[in-house]
Amino acid sequence: MSAETDTARWETRPELPPRGQGVRERARRRRAGDVGRTVVRGIGQALVTLGLVVLLFVVYEVWVTDLLTAQRQGELSDELQEGWDAPTVTDPGGTPAPIDVALGQPFAVLHIPRLGADWSRVVVEGTGGEQLAQGPGHYAGTAMPGEQGNVALAGHRVGRGSPFLDLDRMRPGDPIVVETADFWFVYRVLGDAATGDLGADPSGIPGMQIVRPSQVDVIAPTPDGATDGAATGAYLTVTTCHPKYSARQRLIVHAVLDGSPVSRTEAPDGPDALRGD
Amino acid sequence: MYTWIWRQLPGGTPGKAALSLVLVLAVCALLLFVVFPWIEPSLPFSDVTVDQ
Repeated sequence: MSAETDTARWETRPELPPRGQGVRERARRRRAGDVGRTVVRGIGQALVTLGLVVLLFVVYEVWVTDLLTAQRQGELSDELQEGWDAPTVTDPGGTPAPIDVALGQPFAVLHIPRLGADWSRVVVEGTGGEQLAQGPGHYAGTAMPGEQGNVALAGHRVGRGSPFLDLDRMRPGDPIVVETADFWFVYRVLGDAATGDLGADPSGIPGMQIVRPSQVDVIAPTPDGATDGAATGAYLTVTTCHPKYSARQRLIVHAVLDGSPVSRTEAPDGPDALRGD
Repeated sequence: MYTWIWRQLPGGTPGKAALSLVLVLAVCALLLFVVFPWIEPSLPFSDVTVDQ
């Protein structure tokens, strides 16, 4: 029985193709294999290339933008100094003249000793990507330095010169000095300087907080107040992204104007606060 | 892909290698100074403002 089946199997086996056809068949199979290998290799190379491009993008974000911004900050600084050195009609009474600047124009220099002894950045008007690529930007429509209300500034945490990389190191009472054409304004970070508690300011406004990106009341005339409310003091607020290398949240630092503005003619090298009090 | 490019490059191995280096640098420069600055505003990594 089994022998019969074997024979039947043997007999039903298809005939081998003639010799020449077999060679062509093998060649066709080999070509198909080559095409498959080429396609897989192509996909592999494309993926590796894509990975390298993403790595290059990180290099761009973290280092190359620094170079571009440093160059632009130098140009802005020269531009600003030229404008300030040009003779202007100053009010003999010594009251700060209202500052009126166009979008993208530099108008002040920010000094924060806590972030470095020589830390200074030229501030431009506006907080669009184009402005922030040049340096810290001033939220259009918020108060100008020295005015009642909230001077709101935004800047990058990582990349583009990383102006606010170490903003989380600010402590209560730390000076944030704003230099304008005629005056120095000294703002101090809110909180209890004696205990170092950033959340214990008598005004109820914290010196530092981490908020969701949608929380616009941090730049309200009175920080954390109504966005269209009245100003209760002269504040300064800095916003940057948090945590580092992310844009999930915002790190906010609030400061309040300390004392009266110091005239640049009286103190060409800046107020005492710039030199560690 | 890379094999094909290598075959298209003229010259011997040193010449091909030098040309490849130039090509790689050109592509990097194109990415760093043209493509990335152009594509970046549409990416969310650099948002530092509130409500914008």
